[in-house]
Amino acid sequence: MSDVTRAEVCAVACAEAWRGDGEILASPFGTVPSIGARLARLTFAPDLVLTDGEAALMAGTPAVSAQAEELVREAWMPYRRVFDVVWSGRRHVMMMASQIDRYGNQNLSCIGDWHRPATQLIGVRGSPGNTVNHPTSYWVPNHSPRVFVENVDMVSGVGYDRAAASPAAARFGEVRVVVTNLAVLDFATPDHRMRLASVHPGVTVDEVRAATGFDLVEQGVAETRVPSAEELELIRNVLDPYGLRNKELPG
Amino acid sequence: MTDKRATLDDMVAEVRPGMTVGFGGWGSRRKPMAVVRALARAKVADLTVVSYGGPDVGLLCAAGLVGKVVYGFVTLDSIPLDPHFRAARQAGAVEAMELDEGMFYLGLLAASWRLPFLPTRAGLGSDVMVVNPELRTVVSPYGGEELAAMPALELDVAFVHANRADRHGNGQMLGPDPFFDDLFLGAARRRFLTAEKVVEPGCLADEGPLQSVTVTRLLTDAVAQVPGGAHFTSCPPDYSRDEAFQQRYARSAADAESWAQFAARFVDVDEEEYRAAVSEERTGSGASRP
Repeated sequence: MSDVTRAEVCAVACAEAWRGDGEILASPFGTVPSIGARLARLTFAPDLVLTDGEAALMAGTPAVSAQAEELVREAWMPYRRVFDVVWSGRRHVMMMASQIDRYGNQNLSCIGDWHRPATQLIGVRGSPGNTVNHPTSYWVPNHSPRVFVENVDMVSGVGYDRAAASPAAARFGEVRVVVTNLAVLDFATPDHRMRLASVHPGVTVDEVRAATGFDLVEQGVAETRVPSAEELELIRNVLDPYGLRNKELPG
Repeated sequence: MTDKRATLDDMVAEVRPGMTVGFGGWGSRRKPMAVVRALARAKVADLTVVSYGGPDVGLLCAAGLVGKVVYGFVTLDSIPLDPHFRAARQAGAVEAMELDEGMFYLGLLAASWRLPFLPTRAGLGSDVMVVNPELRTVVSPYGGEELAAMPALELDVAFVHANRADRHGNGQMLGPDPFFDDLFLGAARRRFLTAEKVVEPGCLADEGPLQSVTVTRLLTDAVAQVPGGAHFTSCPPDYSRDEAFQQRYARSAADAESWAQFAARFVDVDEEEYRAAVSEERTGSGASRP
């Protein structure tokens, strides 16, 4: 399957993040993670719960391009009730990261000194609460030393070292996996430092090193699996027939 | 029963410089924008704005009336970042209290329940606890866990825009999400409701299910009928976001001259003039489109 695109490999890698999660709310941010969560639900994680991006849970598993009027809904989930889910732990979010460090601390707030930032970003949003209440993964479509930094400018999502200093934060916190356009990274190391778990087909370990602003743990780096025929069919014809994945991840 | 009908100007006249003002809605959704414009027009300065932030925050920042913003995010949804808010933060023109959006919820809840704080895990381990040195932790008396103590976000005034209301101050949200509007009102000393339409008392049940009346008259001091009062943010099912106009708003952050032009046409005008200017803009931009 030499015609498999990087975006399709990433969609499957994102789907894998939710494997084994059972009946929890999967909250993907970004197009490729949204395809991934839906793919997981249509294949190996059928009990996942998905929102319509507004205030409802979706009964069906439609294409990411589906319009509001096409959706079939199974329950009401306004923002206030999302906090009931977050704080109960029945959720696994995949967020974006403007910066992330070796322990999985994430920044969505600003670049530079918070008191007078060089660049104001969207704000911490739900990152602090998400990361100490339920599993969190990240999607980085532009793996580069600007994103993978030695120290993030403002810790929005809590990583392992910061959680360790606060037992009530560490109790339910877990940074599961970081999927990028180049690789899959996790924290399966004794001190929870970021590990290069796999490189996508066609990517070298050197490329990942060059795109990362700190040293990764490298032991038995695998190659990210390619989509099965069934998965490709679902991605191309069911979940993303208009190729929105290629807008987020060209090439 | 008290007839609480008032005008926008009556409501805005109660806002004094330096007050803490909360706005309902979320991002660029069902924001009480007519109120925001009226505040900008009245030039009430040095406000502390408490909001699940959208163009309410940005517009008041652009008008130079904000001393401090209390927020978890500021976004225009279809445009990820509000350029006016960005400019204000990057210029060091406003103070900030940046919170996890769940902490923000608990702050409103604590204020509306008359509690000094509510405990939560959210915030622990993050720089939210660092950049806001006033935040404290509390040790559970039942087992000793140390949790964040989110302080009550007490408001001097809150403004909420509903789809429907009655003259006694019941408010109905006919869109999919009632957001946290009842909590903004609950957290405030003075509580103001605007609505697309004010209907006869007892008739809200004809407009939509009774569960959509999420604001009761226990929570309101005054109500005003303001059609289009959330424009250009979304107010379903009455109208969706005016994306073209939102882009116009975002472009007005380009420089001082752009903002001055925008303000002259769309801010320093009354509601009737505003609607006329928006409609003119719509026709104009439609005609000039290739």
